Amino acid sequence: MDKIFRWLSGNKKPSTSAQDIANTAPLSEQQIQAIVNNQNPRFDLQQLISSCGQSVGKQRELNEDSLLAITTTMAGNTGNLPFGLYIVADGMGGHQFGEVASNAAIRTVAGYVLRKFHPYLFHIKAGAMDESFQEIMQAAVSEAQRAIQREAPGSGTTLTAALVLGQQITVAHVGDSRAYFIYPDGRVESLTRDHSLVRRLEELGHITHDEAANYPHRNVLYRALGQGEVLDPDIFTVGFPQPGYLMLCSDGLWGVLTEQDLARSINEATSLQRACQNLVNAANAAGGPDNISVVLVQLIG
Amino acid sequence: MSDDRGDQGSSTPRQLQAGIKLANRYSIQEVIGIGGMGSVYRARDMHFPNVTKLVAVKEMINTAPDPLVRDTIVQNFEREANLLATLHHPSIPRIYDYFTIESRSYLVIEFIHGKDLEAIINDTNSFLPESQVLSWAIELCDVLDYLHQHKPDPIIFRDMKPSNVMINHNGDVILVDFGIAKTFQSGIKGTMIGTEGYSPPEQYRGEATPSADIYALGATIHHALTRRDPRLEPPFSFSERPLRRINSNVSAEMEAVVNTALEYNPDSRFRTAADMKQALVAVARKTGAPVAVATGPQTGPKAASGGIKPLWSFKCEDEIRGTPLVSQGMLYIGSYDNNLYALNAADGKFQWKYPTDGGIVTRPVLFDGNLYFGSEDQRLHVVSARTGKVVWTYYTDGPIRSSPALAEGHVFLGSDDNHLHAVNLNTGRVAWKFETADAVRSTPFVLRDLVFAGCESGDYYAVDFRGELKWRFHAKRSVTASTVGTEQAIYFSSMDSTLYALDPRNGWVLWRFRLGKPSISTPCLAEDLIFVGSSDGIIYAVDSKSAKEVWRFRTEHQVNSSPIVYKDSLYCGSVDGNLYCLEYRTGRVRWKFNTGGAITGTPVAFDDIVYVGSTDHQVYALLA
Repeated sequence: MDKIFRWLSGNKKPSTSAQDIANTAPLSEQQIQAIVNNQNPRFDLQQLISSCGQSVGKQRELNEDSLLAITTTMAGNTGNLPFGLYIVADGMGGHQFGEVASNAAIRTVAGYVLRKFHPYLFHIKAGAMDESFQEIMQAAVSEAQRAIQREAPGSGTTLTAALVLGQQITVAHVGDSRAYFIYPDGRVESLTRDHSLVRRLEELGHITHDEAANYPHRNVLYRALGQGEVLDPDIFTVGFPQPGYLMLCSDGLWGVLTEQDLARSINEATSLQRACQNLVNAANAAGGPDNISVVLVQLIG
Repeated sequence: MSDDRGDQGSSTPRQLQAGIKLANRYSIQEVIGIGGMGSVYRARDMHFPNVTKLVAVKEMINTAPDPLVRDTIVQNFEREANLLATLHHPSIPRIYDYFTIESRSYLVIEFIHGKDLEAIINDTNSFLPESQVLSWAIELCDVLDYLHQHKPDPIIFRDMKPSNVMINHNGDVILVDFGIAKTFQSGIKGTMIGTEGYSPPEQYRGEATPSADIYALGATIHHALTRRDPRLEPPFSFSERPLRRINSNVSAEMEAVVNTALEYNPDSRFRTAADMKQALVAVARKTGAPVAVATGPQTGPKAASGGIKPLWSFKCEDEIRGTPLVSQGMLYIGSYDNNLYALNAADGKFQWKYPTDGGIVTRPVLFDGNLYFGSEDQRLHVVSARTGKVVWTYYTDGPIRSSPALAEGHVFLGSDDNHLHAVNLNTGRVAWKFETADAVRSTPFVLRDLVFAGCESGDYYAVDFRGELKWRFHAKRSVTASTVGTEQAIYFSSMDSTLYALDPRNGWVLWRFRLGKPSISTPCLAEDLIFVGSSDGIIYAVDSKSAKEVWRFRTEHQVNSSPIVYKDSLYCGSVDGNLYCLEYRTGRVRWKFNTGGAITGTPVAFDDIVYVGSTDHQVYALLA
């Protein structure tokens, strides 16, 4: 993949293999596309690949974001099943111990989910799971809610967690971190709805989209992990886009980059790692007003 | 993180046991509530040995590992105590004492014999009478007015909600939990306070005014009168749920007062709690409250059913429990009189009938001019759709109640002989039989290269085209309903009262949706919604991604029929004898048509006509 992109962009390489000195006519757009398509990795087994990036940003001293990315395969009777757990949490407010909250959220949710899947990942027990993905995510979020209220009462955090099993993505979401699908053709689809005052006001038509961008209380959330007694996270299951990427990020990223920026940074990169670096760099170049966290996941095969 | 506080904090602090004496004075009796940071106990004050003086002891356990956090918590607690000590009002509990023992702080307050409003709402099966809610609302205005008039500074309660309103044994309201009345910190993010769902828009911005309490009171009344918990709805969405649309017993006057309290703009609400009280008193005068008159049980608005006339009907000799097939101007339907009927779909005129030796509950399938259907005579019958003459039959070893599914040159069907059969369409010979744990009465569902079927033991199978098991799943009770689905998910309901969503590739459970009672109704998909009936009499609409209930519609008896969607309507039969036509996005009833018997088969819609069979022996054609 890396190689073909460099070749197409015309980088000269001091190589003198027979193919390189062969005289060829310029390739048509179609031919190039055919070559690129052929170079797309084809695996007979489905597998997940992922990468992540983080930065404290240019204007904050503290990092209150927390991030987790676990990618593996579950061996089972029905073949090898890709398994992944990805979480972004953005702790709120400097004075209220935001980093404690986001950290507790990640640890608790990941701990809970992995405990549930432990027997299946390591084939300790063959019995069927008696809970659904959504029930597991719901319970994990509830446990995180209790952990935060215990460890840092009064504080709160966003949480956007994606459990991937096979081609199913089950998302649990509270707050204004986001999950996106990003397609190779540049389309960007937001999966989550911000639980923020500004988004709600926009939905109600009290302010316009443009006003929302400059709204003074952009950061106020009406739902956050650790806050309130009845926590009602958004939980849903969607299919993994193929081809395409799953992206989770905090508002330090989506708040400063347009959807076009997001798609371009990813689609122009030669690898997922590079894409994450591009995204973080772009957010910092745009001022880096907040902590930046991003996870990119791709299902291949 | 310098220390391993995760493990340290994961053990839940213990509740105090009954009999423990706190501060050598308060003898703990039992837990009466659980809050975010500790429990609330009923205790006896032992300083009064000759009388039983009960108190409520509110506990706050400080588990925060960080010393700074810990201090903040103690300060908040003391603020609540000091605030309460300055207040004197019949609707505010008296404070007797407060103290701290190690990491636990205690507030000793008046014990209220009663129940909180949230519990009252949840424990009542119907709507609370308006007159009752009205008198509580008036008392709440009184206490809010007292707080707002407080000198030197007004006190904003900031957390008005049903669970903070106690109704004592005299039926009077007591406002509890002043813990949230803390200074509003305008931070960068998370400057949230109050209770999500009941709080006005401006409270999220850091403005706390008397008007915020008025909004929250409006939200509390709204919850009490509609039984819709605003914490489970998007914020500020009350105007999308007008009182009288949910509860038609509510007076227009009451709705107007609540709407004013819930105005988005604070300036448009009641200026003071006293003003709101006046408006409520005016409602009481107009509607004849406060004399508490319980309103009788009221059934919802009945849709006109007299207006619906069938285009035609046709009478068989026994019950119809199966589902019709409509194709090329003909309607085919099986009956318990053992016959398969062919009728003209336009006028219901009899064309031919084909007799079998058992009742027919299955739905015929048409392929290449032939009809395929099973009968309780244990056979799969293949007859010419034009003439009704038999082409071939295939024997199983049990009655057939599973409708056939055709794919890839084969017909798949289940039988009570505990097998899933794959029969070659051309030869009529069995390709393979897959043994199941019990009778297969569900219709096999074919998706890509897999066949899905549930059986009466609750076992559910995904079998490939060679008849080999791909995966299996076990529901707790039988899976009689058939499966529907997409590449993303398959859906079926079970007698274990659950609607399941499974990954078709591997059988992992994506979500489960709890139905009120067992179901044999096959779900139906339309856009993001999935519809299913249950023997609790309800037709449910559920979001297929989030498994959240979107609406429910209650019929008057079990719903064993399966819903279908045609254009923007949903059609479903009920054992109450009605075929219902609902707006499928909202569940609002468009019309219903009463047949003379229970409807258990699935309706079929074609060319703006909906067809359904009934146990009154008739098949009906109605304008969709």
